[in-house]
Amino acid sequence: MTQQIVAIIVDGLVYSSYLFMVAVGLTVIFGVMKILNVTHGSFYAFGAYLAATLVGIYYETDLPEFGGFLMLFLAAITVGLFLGVILEQGLLRFLYHRDEHIIVLATFAMFLVLEDVIIMIWGVDPYFAYQPMALLEASDIAGVPFDNYSLTLILLALVVGTALWFGLTKTKWGKLLLAVIYDRELSQAMGINVTVVFLVTFVIGAMLGALGGAYLAPTISVSPGIGVEVIVLAFAVVVIGGMGSIPGAMIGAVVVGLSRAAAVHLFPEVELFVIYAIMAAVLAFRPEGLFAPAKARKI
Amino acid sequence: MRYVDKTVIGLTIAFLVLLAANFFLAEWMRFIGLQSLARGAVALGLLVLWRSGLISFGHALYFGFGAYTAVMLSLAGFSDAFILVFAATLMSGLLAFVIGFLLRRYRAIFFALLNMAFSMILYGVVVKTEALGSTDGFGVGTPTFLGYAPDGEAVQTTLFLFTLVFTYLITVGVHIYMQTTLGYMSMAVRENEIRVEYLGYSAEKVIHVKYVFSGLVAGFGGGIMALAIGHVDPDSMANWTVSGEFVFITILSGTGSVAATYIGALVFELIRTYAFEYAPQMWQFILGGSLLAIIMFLPDGIWSLIGRLRKAKA
Repeated sequence: MTQQIVAIIVDGLVYSSYLFMVAVGLTVIFGVMKILNVTHGSFYAFGAYLAATLVGIYYETDLPEFGGFLMLFLAAITVGLFLGVILEQGLLRFLYHRDEHIIVLATFAMFLVLEDVIIMIWGVDPYFAYQPMALLEASDIAGVPFDNYSLTLILLALVVGTALWFGLTKTKWGKLLLAVIYDRELSQAMGINVTVVFLVTFVIGAMLGALGGAYLAPTISVSPGIGVEVIVLAFAVVVIGGMGSIPGAMIGAVVVGLSRAAAVHLFPEVELFVIYAIMAAVLAFRPEGLFAPAKARKI
Repeated sequence: MRYVDKTVIGLTIAFLVLLAANFFLAEWMRFIGLQSLARGAVALGLLVLWRSGLISFGHALYFGFGAYTAVMLSLAGFSDAFILVFAATLMSGLLAFVIGFLLRRYRAIFFALLNMAFSMILYGVVVKTEALGSTDGFGVGTPTFLGYAPDGEAVQTTLFLFTLVFTYLITVGVHIYMQTTLGYMSMAVRENEIRVEYLGYSAEKVIHVKYVFSGLVAGFGGGIMALAIGHVDPDSMANWTVSGEFVFITILSGTGSVAATYIGALVFELIRTYAFEYAPQMWQFILGGSLLAIIMFLPDGIWSLIGRLRKAKA
């Protein structure tokens, strides 16, 4: 019994961290730009693929083994910069004045396009980047074995969460961003360069999405279609926590992560169902999500 | 009647032409036609919602629910297309009626996402339940029509006829509904909901009616699709990408006319079929690319091309 509880809690926290990593980029972009970015799934997939490729190349050299971890971050930064800038400058920039549904649909279209771009670059065969995971071995907590790599995911989620919180509330850049979130037009009138803020936000969001994929790459088989599932999961987490709220994304991830782990261990047949049931329940009672920033009523 | 509605005339002519064409069409054309009519019907439901400014990213819920209703009945021994499709339509409508009580309170992106949440619940249930066929799905038996049991090519010809008659009736019905007070109300709700309330109408009721209707036609589309393809599985009937495709068709068609949704669905089906045929590794690329092109260069959908042509002539 204790073993089962430990397994549920640790599995739940690992899964929560995973969810937080894939959802946080989405919520950052939504919070600032009010865009529900379906391409987020592509950022995740590109991050995973590039990480798998780089890790593969890295371990063919004689460089120190732990350097493989750097490759994961390198992959995330590259994908974020490259795809983020191309998408924002090449597509979204022209759609800001359009209806919000149309923008969602445009990112959906871009997602479809990028799905096939991945197949064009990497083909349909799966990639594996198990080395970083094998490096860290396993340990056991109260008699239940866990691989250490998954546990570092919890650490990464905490670091990313804290860094974002610090960046948003304690730095000048963060305060400018909050001003833009609160009132886009007024902050523009005050001399904030909203165009640049948007670009930077989108690139950061893209990097976070790619980092989720890159860091997960060693634990999964990187194959076509990994982005599709991630999008709805990230949506669910973001919606539960409140769209655009970073603490919300964290709480949402923990709620979903723990309940899914409980479902997997106790009632495996409701696994997928439970996430969306929570989402529907939260939306039914608190449509803005658990932690949505308060909004003035506009008539 | 002095005033003659051009759209109804157009629809009737198209109906009669297709009815006659049914006997000459090649089998693959009829197959594409059937799928277009089924998807077009769902898009028609979305169009009705869109007229009040609402977009649903989850109508695969009703489409899939209809398809699964049809397939479960077919497994239970019913083979009559009338029973299967009517049951699919009614069950989806009923589901929409129940969920509608919750959804009618929401607007904009919340409406879209809550729909998606519900559709993913259905997807999750189907994927995880062996009794519902899990990821493999079920095959659907050959339908009969009021005791008439065709075989070979006649099955498709009859099914096409059946679908054509009902989509024609539904579409004309929607067109007439749009000219009623309740129909015009949708634009008022989109423009300013609070004023509608002050004028003494319930915006939520307007939306609920539309929602139930969209559920009914999506169930109808799902039932037809199940019979046309002869197979039902969660990824092609209930996943969120299916909902995305319906929204795609709605945007492709534009809100100009009820007839546009079928043209949009046909264009979608053609793009998809040919992309899949000639570039199997690229079909999503082509589909996404055409959607982007429509959004960028033809924001009011295909129907606006006709308006442009008229203007060019004048």
